[in-house]
Amino acid sequence: MMERKVVDPEYMFKRAPREKKFLIGNEAVAEAVKRANVDIAIAYPITPQSEATHIVGDIYAEGYIKDYYRGEDEFNVMSAIAGARMGGARTFTATSGPGTLRAFEMFPLWAGARLPVVCAFMCRGVNSPLTIQPDNIEIGWLMDTGMLIFHAENPQEFFDMTLQAYIVAEQPDVHIPIGVCVDGFFVTHTREIVEVTPEDEMLPPYDPSTSPVPIMDMEVPPIRQMRDPFVMKSNYISYNTHASWQQEVRAAGERAKKHIARYVGKFIEVTNPDAEILLIASGTAAAQARVAMEQAREKGMDVGLAKIRVIRPFPEDEVRELAENPRIIIVPEHNIVGWLAREIKSRIDNSGKVRGHPRVFGGMTMPPEFIMEEIVNGRAR
Amino acid sequence: MAISSYRVIPGPESYLSPAAASMGVVLPEKGEALIEGKIVPEEEAIEKITEKLILAKNPFFFPGPLILWAWNEKAIAKAKAVKELAEAAGAKIIPMPDYRPKYPMINPEEEINPNHPNLTIWHNKIDTCVFVGVHCHYANLALKIIRGGTDCYTIALCGQAGHEDAMITLRDIHSEEVQKLTEVVKRAKGGTPQ
Repeated sequence: MMERKVVDPEYMFKRAPREKKFLIGNEAVAEAVKRANVDIAIAYPITPQSEATHIVGDIYAEGYIKDYYRGEDEFNVMSAIAGARMGGARTFTATSGPGTLRAFEMFPLWAGARLPVVCAFMCRGVNSPLTIQPDNIEIGWLMDTGMLIFHAENPQEFFDMTLQAYIVAEQPDVHIPIGVCVDGFFVTHTREIVEVTPEDEMLPPYDPSTSPVPIMDMEVPPIRQMRDPFVMKSNYISYNTHASWQQEVRAAGERAKKHIARYVGKFIEVTNPDAEILLIASGTAAAQARVAMEQAREKGMDVGLAKIRVIRPFPEDEVRELAENPRIIIVPEHNIVGWLAREIKSRIDNSGKVRGHPRVFGGMTMPPEFIMEEIVNGRAR
Repeated sequence: MAISSYRVIPGPESYLSPAAASMGVVLPEKGEALIEGKIVPEEEAIEKITEKLILAKNPFFFPGPLILWAWNEKAIAKAKAVKELAEAAGAKIIPMPDYRPKYPMINPEEEINPNHPNLTIWHNKIDTCVFVGVHCHYANLALKIIRGGTDCYTIALCGQAGHEDAMITLRDIHSEEVQKLTEVVKRAKGGTPQ
């Protein structure tokens, strides 16, 4: 391992020199972990995440991470990550599809315990018959756990957002987990140019003394929270405390907005906001929508694109403003339920203009022509 | 960002009060403070805190584990400074020694608990309180419950980014800043600690 120096996060994200590498998404996230000053990484292999956590193991062997091991399964992994975070360590973990579901109880626990975990979700289908292919339905399930959620479009964003997530999550007034999500295979196994920061520069270490909750010791006051849970009490006082606790976790998500704006940048990237037809998408659906938009504009159609990068906290004000002008809003997605369309409809007044199509799932690709069909149909209406 | 019309004022506000952050109240930047949900210069908030403490009929300080426990020299220095401030303001002190829920066994004359702070406030008829040295999550939890169920005026002296759920909050408050506040309170009371 080379000698490394701690650098200011804003310098790393905005001004540090960048070197071009030709990386798949799984390599890109591992490059981010190498620069994130991580204390411990724990994971259980699952396609399409396996390669990333394998490489993180190599990084550990090289000395970039203090500890690393493979858990017995995803519930074990995410529980161990909670323990490490409660103890004041900076952690990394990742999973995919069925692994996300196996570990699911831990995600609201992370949020409720105010643990600034950074977890990469390399999304894949959850189905019987078994699929290992791209499908981001799990983001829809994660949206109500109290976690913050970033949705990266490509390996470059996967690299950047993973590093940025640590700094946002660990702000004392935020201090809740962040899921950095990508569409499996389309990002994890696609090789692109990724501009990475210098290998000898890393983020400042996590400072547990700024945590909004004490570092956990299960036995000793003043921290002995888990041994005296008010869940055991059946009365208004206890219910009110539980309610206030949940409100405080959501409040932390609200507070994250200014830190996301500072470190991550725009919640939404907009092209042609005043267009008659607006495509709103996230992840790789945004990449396909961009191609469709360009094809449509070449044919003289008035089409714009809004790419949503931050799913939680959801950029409601921006989406409401964007939704005012277009006659039709088309929301292409890589899942069967249409969680993004559902979210947009629930946030705007004129939801009738939102068309939650096209959708592909189970590993299917989304050809731009498929989106173009919606554009043409929409114009004819 | 839109300016919130929500005001963080004494209750009892509601069966279940909202978190002020979810109502659009944002935390102050360095050099700023919050008064009842509105961003103001820090000096204005210091004046308001002084006024509230002096006019209060039954003010209490609630020091938390960050200064009740001698974690390090800074904690000890801040604890001494807070004690001096409370004495200067003529306020009594009830500690929040830990965060374990204690209902119904809590003795409200001896301690306050973040999970049911209203019990201590009701029992002692506290009209103004100051949170200091309480971990931010637990302070927010308690401040919201107090606003929901009592008419107590809440002040939070935070070592981090401040508290939207307090009626007045200062941020980045350490022993030196507490000492400065003590001097302001002493001057306002005519130089004689009560």
